[in-house]
Amino acid sequence: MKRTVPLLIVLVGGILMMVQYFIPHQVSQSIFNYYTDWAPIVSSFALILGIGSLTRVHAHKIRRKADNWQYSWAVLIPLYLMPVLGLIWPKSMGGGMDAPSIFHFMYMYIQIPIQATMFSLLAFYIASAAFRAFRAKSALATVLLLAAVVVMLGQVPIGELLGSWFPKLGLWILRYPNLAAKRAIMLGVGFGMLATNLKIIFGVERNWLGGVGK
Amino acid sequence: MYDVIGIWAGAFFTLAIYSFLYKENPIYRLAEHLVVGISLGYGIAVTYSNVLKPRLIDPVNSGGHWILVIPGLMGFLYITRFFPRISWLSRYPIALLMGTSMGVAFPLTMKAAVLRQLESAIIPLYREGMSWDVVLGSVIMLLGTLAALIYFFFSKPHKGPFFGFGSRIGIWVIMLGFGATFGFTVMGRISLLIGRVQFLLSDWLHLIK
Repeated sequence: MKRTVPLLIVLVGGILMMVQYFIPHQVSQSIFNYYTDWAPIVSSFALILGIGSLTRVHAHKIRRKADNWQYSWAVLIPLYLMPVLGLIWPKSMGGGMDAPSIFHFMYMYIQIPIQATMFSLLAFYIASAAFRAFRAKSALATVLLLAAVVVMLGQVPIGELLGSWFPKLGLWILRYPNLAAKRAIMLGVGFGMLATNLKIIFGVERNWLGGVGK
Repeated sequence: MYDVIGIWAGAFFTLAIYSFLYKENPIYRLAEHLVVGISLGYGIAVTYSNVLKPRLIDPVNSGGHWILVIPGLMGFLYITRFFPRISWLSRYPIALLMGTSMGVAFPLTMKAAVLRQLESAIIPLYREGMSWDVVLGSVIMLLGTLAALIYFFFSKPHKGPFFGFGSRIGIWVIMLGFGATFGFTVMGRISLLIGRVQFLLSDWLHLIK
């Protein structure tokens, strides 16, 4: 019951969904429709695990008064406030999910600016990483450096000033040799995914079972 | 008024994150923790209103779709994870999702990540009216893909005219690809930075138009 039944569910579910793809029949279509109806419902409940474990971690920090425990309130309060404001709070008092509402305000003017700024912060770190990585110590490192420089300069006005061929060269590198490398990686990833799919369906890979309840 | 307060709040949190460039500080930490709570809280509200309500609660309440109670109950089994004695029950919804998703993904991965990639690497190699740089690019793409694949093929030693030469060319192609990808990523991050600076100077301070 604890391990065999879940493994059987994976085996039967996996083979059923794999086979239905190759049999264009009303029955297989209705099986697929059940999947598309049921899967989002089941997977949305997984959010409870995330909420539960995040609450547990931060409640524990607050109880123990661990280092920087005050910031845990900054996680827990909006975590529970957002759904209340968006789903329960009356619209007349700033509730609801559409603008203007407190929910929309927190998403639009707090979450989005913070996330965009965090990603833009990487510009500084990527520049310092480039300084270390782009040293033309060997022929291969020089190729790496040249490709990056051509692609970067090709996208800014200074590239156009160097010659009209410069942006074209950058685009050509992106379109052909870059795509060749990416395609090889994608093919490798694709084969890896196929192998992993089969290993999970046939129960060779069982790490997803975890250790709970044995 | 709503937008004005919003822009000020946005500017405050933008500067809060940039303050990390000087050193880690309480304002940065506050912003960092807030974004975790807000994004998960947002996720809960959106999942409820976009998935659970229209797909489970409304159809069941309207009657006639009682079969949807099964995935609902299955989903509830996730909660058993928090009760050690019955936590093994949480494997059932994971197994259902895992098995069916793997089954659905198998032919689609085969099609999108393998067959389509192989096809696009070869076709069109040459077509009437193609300019020389496109033909050269197509040939380089085909040979480059093959060479990079040889480099990633570790079951054979990289020796001899095929595997040895192929893998040497492969590493050059990969380096070219990594350089181009790095350059492209840098430009992406720089444009994000420009976007934030524009927000501060234009929307907030009205210094530029």
